[in-house]
Amino acid sequence: MNVVIVDYGAGNLASVIKAFSAIGARPAVSADPGVVAHARAVVVPGVGHFERTAAITPAVRAAIDDALRSGAALCGICLGMQWLFEGSREAPAIAGLGALPGQCDVIPASASIKVPHVGWNLLTPTSAGSRLLEGVGAAAYAYFTHAYMAPRTDAETAVSTHGTTFPAVVEHGRVSGVQFHPEKSGAAGLKILRNFIRLAEAG
Amino acid sequence: MVTKRIIACLDVRGGRVVKGVNFLGLRDAGDPAELAERYDREGIDELVVLDVTATIEGRRALAATVESVAARLFIPLAVGGGIGSRDDAARVVEAGADKVSINSAALRNPALITDLARVYGSQAVIVAIDARRAPHSNGAARFEVLSRSGTMPARDDAVEWAREAADRGAGEILLTSMDRDGTRAGFDCELTASVSAAVPIPVIASGGAGSPAHFAEVFAHGRADAALAASIFHEKDCAVAELKQYLAARGVPMRLLEQDSASSVRFQC
Repeated sequence: MNVVIVDYGAGNLASVIKAFSAIGARPAVSADPGVVAHARAVVVPGVGHFERTAAITPAVRAAIDDALRSGAALCGICLGMQWLFEGSREAPAIAGLGALPGQCDVIPASASIKVPHVGWNLLTPTSAGSRLLEGVGAAAYAYFTHAYMAPRTDAETAVSTHGTTFPAVVEHGRVSGVQFHPEKSGAAGLKILRNFIRLAEAG
Repeated sequence: MVTKRIIACLDVRGGRVVKGVNFLGLRDAGDPAELAERYDREGIDELVVLDVTATIEGRRALAATVESVAARLFIPLAVGGGIGSRDDAARVVEAGADKVSINSAALRNPALITDLARVYGSQAVIVAIDARRAPHSNGAARFEVLSRSGTMPARDDAVEWAREAADRGAGEILLTSMDRDGTRAGFDCELTASVSAAVPIPVIASGGAGSPAHFAEVFAHGRADAALAASIFHEKDCAVAELKQYLAARGVPMRLLEQDSASSVRFQC
């Protein structure tokens, strides 16, 4: 199956590629709208400042829309998940994909809550029922490293708490996202990626 | 809530994990990839590979070691030891490191912290600080910073240096007590707490781990976000899973693997 990881220069591609390869997905990595438009599964990775998503060109964004219209599944990872929303207060001038409503915002810090949120945190499934978390277990931990969080949404299927509670997994039809790094979250992370591939194949 | 991380450190030289034996130099402690795999299976939260090689040829082996360790590892991997430039950092990142740790190079050239943070993101930049209690400090203890593998005083105040490192873009501080390192007498909780209170970024405590109680102490009194150890794990004096269950039983937020969640396991360390 045609899995394409979108390369827009936002780092950490190698570990994402390694993880998808480890589960047998054989991903292509591309910045070419033509390639992205024909993907069955599109992965938008990314670490760092939201302004880096400006490098996702209008042509690539249109290609992602095309792919989705053709029945592809999309998974945003970390910065990629934040990009699924309308935007982020970290870089107010940049529009996200807009598949989900609202703006990402900074995680409030305090004397006991250090930001960025770095480390393993519990994934708490919401009542919505999740395809990405199938078989992952009731007390799964995932590795997070981020300073901004997505807004609460009807599309959230798991949340995590670091002072504040925020979406850890979002699923909305063929569009999904994970705030943590599944490629750094051990066996649970690989399982989540396998579930995403299965979801993409099944559509 | 975010858990406290338990981190295993692999000191490597020439492709092998080594351990220091007092006054006798370094002894072989195993294959890095095998140890990494064992700790991963046992539930370690993160790994650090620290190159202790003194020679340039030895340093060339580091990328190969990192590749071998990273190949089947899906938890965060930090690499440090002699990283002095963007090129050095690029080499280990290409080999599979998620984070790079810089120590003496940051002291010599603090702008390197910002350089690396710009290229890789702050989350990928650890500033390692070797500190020891300054002699003759009256009142509150002061901690000086040492460079060159803990041999040369480089800064008067570890807390100030940690603050500067954070301001310049470090994502985490790896704080080693040179007083406690190798003693198994416990982490330096006062040092760790002082630094942790002063910076908005995670602090990894290092140096002195000898028992599970020491870990509990450094999380409770040292305000550490993570704790690192080497020989107590390599020498199997303390098993990772049992340490984590000990800590979880005492209310420390801990990531436990599903098979280790049963509270009926007795711990031996």
